[in-house]
Amino acid sequence: MEITKEKLLDFYNTMVTIRSFEEKAVELFAAGFLPGFVHLYLGEEAVATGVCANLTDKDFITSTHRGHGHMIAKGGKIDLMMAELFGKATGYCKGKGGSMHIADVGLGILGANGIVGAGQPIATGAAFACKYKQTGAVVVCFFGDGASNRGTFHESLNMASIFKLPVVFVCENNMYGISNNQKDHMNIGDISDRAAAYGIPGVTVDGNDVIAVHEAASEAIKRARNGDGPSIIECKTWRHRGHFEGDPSVYKDPREQESWLKKDPILNLEKRLGELKFASASDLDQIKAAAREKIDSAVEFAKKSPEPSPDDLLTDIYAS
Amino acid sequence: MKKMTYAEAERDGIRLEMLRDPNVYLAGEDVGIFGGCFGQTTGLFQEFGPQRVVDTPISETAIVGHAVGAAAAGLRPVVEIMFIDFMGVCMDEVLNQAAKMRYMFGGKAALPMVIRTPCGAGVGAAAQHSQSLEALFTHIPGIKVVMPSTPADAKGLMAGAIRDNNPVIYIEHKVLLGVQGDVPEGEYIVPLGKADIKRVGSDATIVAWSGMVPKALAAADILAKEGISAEVVDPRTLNPLDKDTLMNSVAKTGRLVIVHEATKTGGFAGEIAAIVADEGFDLLNAPIKRITAPDCPVPFSPILEKAFLPSEEKIVRAVKELF
Repeated sequence: MEITKEKLLDFYNTMVTIRSFEEKAVELFAAGFLPGFVHLYLGEEAVATGVCANLTDKDFITSTHRGHGHMIAKGGKIDLMMAELFGKATGYCKGKGGSMHIADVGLGILGANGIVGAGQPIATGAAFACKYKQTGAVVVCFFGDGASNRGTFHESLNMASIFKLPVVFVCENNMYGISNNQKDHMNIGDISDRAAAYGIPGVTVDGNDVIAVHEAASEAIKRARNGDGPSIIECKTWRHRGHFEGDPSVYKDPREQESWLKKDPILNLEKRLGELKFASASDLDQIKAAAREKIDSAVEFAKKSPEPSPDDLLTDIYAS
Repeated sequence: MKKMTYAEAERDGIRLEMLRDPNVYLAGEDVGIFGGCFGQTTGLFQEFGPQRVVDTPISETAIVGHAVGAAAAGLRPVVEIMFIDFMGVCMDEVLNQAAKMRYMFGGKAALPMVIRTPCGAGVGAAAQHSQSLEALFTHIPGIKVVMPSTPADAKGLMAGAIRDNNPVIYIEHKVLLGVQGDVPEGEYIVPLGKADIKRVGSDATIVAWSGMVPKALAAADILAKEGISAEVVDPRTLNPLDKDTLMNSVAKTGRLVIVHEATKTGGFAGEIAAIVADEGFDLLNAPIKRITAPDCPVPFSPILEKAFLPSEEKIVRAVKELF
């Protein structure tokens, strides 16, 4: 596949936007601005970016508790996301959902999800709808290594494969389900091997290489759009932070952390952009500065936004 | 009017909605050529084909979970969970996904979906195929709970449930599925949240739903012979609950007996009793009575099963105690 300068710079812009959003979330959480919990996507930016670059607004995704990156990569509005993290009335969910439930159904984002593995059947159903209505749309289901141990994984993959549904299951394998290393929770090294059980393709790629992720997703999404059914892409990656902000990650070996930080997806892409002479260091600095500015203005928006009124407690439970 | 069984009437309700709206489809275990465990979907596969009458694998989680995704993406799924007892298998999809998606998203999603599922004892199906679990679902804001007791209501409430823009659990009683009754032909919709007075009376109110309605009516017949005029109120939907009809009846009779087949503790009779005690204490001339199954799994032996189930005799006795 041809990698154009424009495309790579677009990837870069998305990845640094996600990074700036998450770094700001670290700061805001520590300063006590954000209620509840936040699970950050730092270090995994290449996965959402490389996958969602193949999607249009009519395509769907299901996301996870670690969903900010998916939202941004799928075109979610940063100011509404930030306001939701603050629990403000102007947020995506009017302050009723928070970080773990941000959604934009109009953009095909069927929500982050607080239940590990719950997105898998929902993605299967959205794909059922795409096929039923013959819209030509596809669905991407993001999930983690831990979620591949849920029963939802088996039921969804089996159902999607027998109905040949247009859905791509993208496993973000960051090696840890909260504190537990993958090797303690499954008897295989590559989660993509599980594809064989459903008679569908499964590949493992370097999840910190946005180009590799993009290529694998492009192929799987094409296959799904052509009516050839689901597949699994496993992206091996690493979360820089704890499971949630405040988790000191005592279960991780600092040497392992150090080695993964050297494989950071943004550093990887910067190196590639330099090799290809697509961007100078100052070009990249400009993109990063612009991303930070966007985030700062989202924070400004969130801070200035009104709190929800207690009168809104009982609205939005049922549709009329 | 046409004579139909409860199962036929329910099917007629589904069929007419499928003819009316191409986004309505049916999915579940053995709903296709097999026609459902109790024949509820017989003939629909032949009429609508495998695209719209979808046999699924034995995967309750994916059946309900896929309905959530399909509804969010614009379809109106009607899915079957073969027995209400199996709802435990897909509870996250009901409790945390279907029920909460709209609220969590700040009102920016609608999930028009129906989960059809048979409840009830009386056929020797024992502890894992006989329960009445409606109270589990009335405790979850965001879903609606429908429990028809007659063939006409089975049809009308099915149409009402399918047209509703929220997740609806439609609970059909397996003993009622073969019962015949008069059913309006053509389009017939019973709105959710509207109780029906199945028998008018003046001395005592018996609130009963689903499989207990015929027993409440039989009890009212016996009571009438003894000079007590009992009114039988069938809420038909437990959520939303038609409190007005309930309170008006209690205002008229001053006495209330609530009957359900579900076990007693935490059952929905407790909720109705609490509502009437809260909002209508002055209307009551006697304590509120509950006739329910005991706090016990459903037994297998016909003798034990009969002992487990509320009977018309027990209802009659409870009403008489109020005088």
